[in-house]
Amino acid sequence: MAKHHVHTTINGDPIELLCDTGETLLDVLRNQLNMTGTKEGCSTGDCGACSVTVDGRLVCSCLMLGVEANGKKIGTIEGLASGDALHPLQQKFLEHAALQCGVCTPGVLVASKALLEKNPDPTETEVRYWLAGNLCRCTGYDKIVRAVMDAAKEMRSA
Amino acid sequence: MRYEAPETIEKACQLLAAEAGHARVLAGGTDLLVQIKTDVLDPSVVIDIKKIAATRTITSDAAGFKIGAAVTGAELKEHDALKAAWPGLVEAANLIGSTQVQGRATLGGNLCNGSPAADSVPALIAAGAKAQIVGPEGRRELAVEDVMIGVRKLALTKGEIIVSFTVPARPKHGGDAYLRFIPRTEMDIAVVGCGVALELDASGTCTAARLSLGAVAERPLLVAEAGRALVGTKVDAAAIEAAAAAASAACRPIDDKRGTKVFRIQVAGVLARRTIQLALDRANGKTGATH
Repeated sequence: MAKHHVHTTINGDPIELLCDTGETLLDVLRNQLNMTGTKEGCSTGDCGACSVTVDGRLVCSCLMLGVEANGKKIGTIEGLASGDALHPLQQKFLEHAALQCGVCTPGVLVASKALLEKNPDPTETEVRYWLAGNLCRCTGYDKIVRAVMDAAKEMRSA
Repeated sequence: MRYEAPETIEKACQLLAAEAGHARVLAGGTDLLVQIKTDVLDPSVVIDIKKIAATRTITSDAAGFKIGAAVTGAELKEHDALKAAWPGLVEAANLIGSTQVQGRATLGGNLCNGSPAADSVPALIAAGAKAQIVGPEGRRELAVEDVMIGVRKLALTKGEIIVSFTVPARPKHGGDAYLRFIPRTEMDIAVVGCGVALELDASGTCTAARLSLGAVAERPLLVAEAGRALVGTKVDAAAIEAAAAAASAACRPIDDKRGTKVFRIQVAGVLARRTIQLALDRANGKTGATH
């Protein structure tokens, strides 16, 4: 079976790759492109560790075939910081100690960025509902929510 | 496993009909990919229908809305006119999974996955939605309550694909709602789900009512008896009680880890009461969408 020739854009860079039908977008990112910032948790769409954006829409990369990325714009955790300058969300996660083991963190950050692009001034309830699909077994979520609220505040005044 | 992404529905039907092995339609993939990964399914080809324009658009005219089968929950939520007309339907679709799942999961997929607990299906049934189906023999239309015939069993024949759903325009004094019972607040599978749509005349008398239940039988049910209990009444406490009793009586659930048979039958009545009340409040203009 011939591989699929995929033309996609990842964090603004045009990328060409070959993948099998059975490979998910997550497989392609991690195993072919060595973009291991996107984490594999459950592989069944329950945990959100593999969150990316596709044409601006937040999705689980484990629930999408790599071949479906053809012609799409993908956003991953690697696209958050600009060089050495952290994204305000990343900075606030450090300040609030909103991570412990860190496996959920890239997914939470990508999901939070998607939220703030859609809703720059979310309530705490809106943050909690939006992030309900990002499971964290360490923090108890409170610090995550506070960091996102604080980042939102800073980004609004920027 | 092969991947095909035809740009016309006719081509998709041909591929589906001609496949000697096991072909599956791919819309959002939030059920299909999990089933492939966990070896529940091993298709020889997946046919991605998202490049077919009719599956990806919402259109409206005086008669109502036509919703592409591969429109996602997130897109439904962003469609202000649809949300204003059928808030219960949009809310039901948005109860399925997380924000991430909402970015992919579709109405067509929720129905064709064939789960009796699918959240959007009772809401579609209550709204009187029809499925537009294309197959090798041409086009046909089925009421949504007639699409699923059992667990993982559909009334579709080989080569047939659901392209879209139509729901009528919102009646002048009409309202709909969908509520479900789950043991937590979010991200779970319905123990019981209930969709209601009703219509009042200018005096507040109910002229039409449809109630549908999910997760209480081998497929989502349209409970005609519950609708009849409301029509001709002012949807007062006695009428709601009669409809709730009809809802409970229609249940033929299983015992499983999410709920016992007895519990589901009782909860169906409770949810029927609450869902009728919310649909009634919406018909009276007392409340709009809750999200």
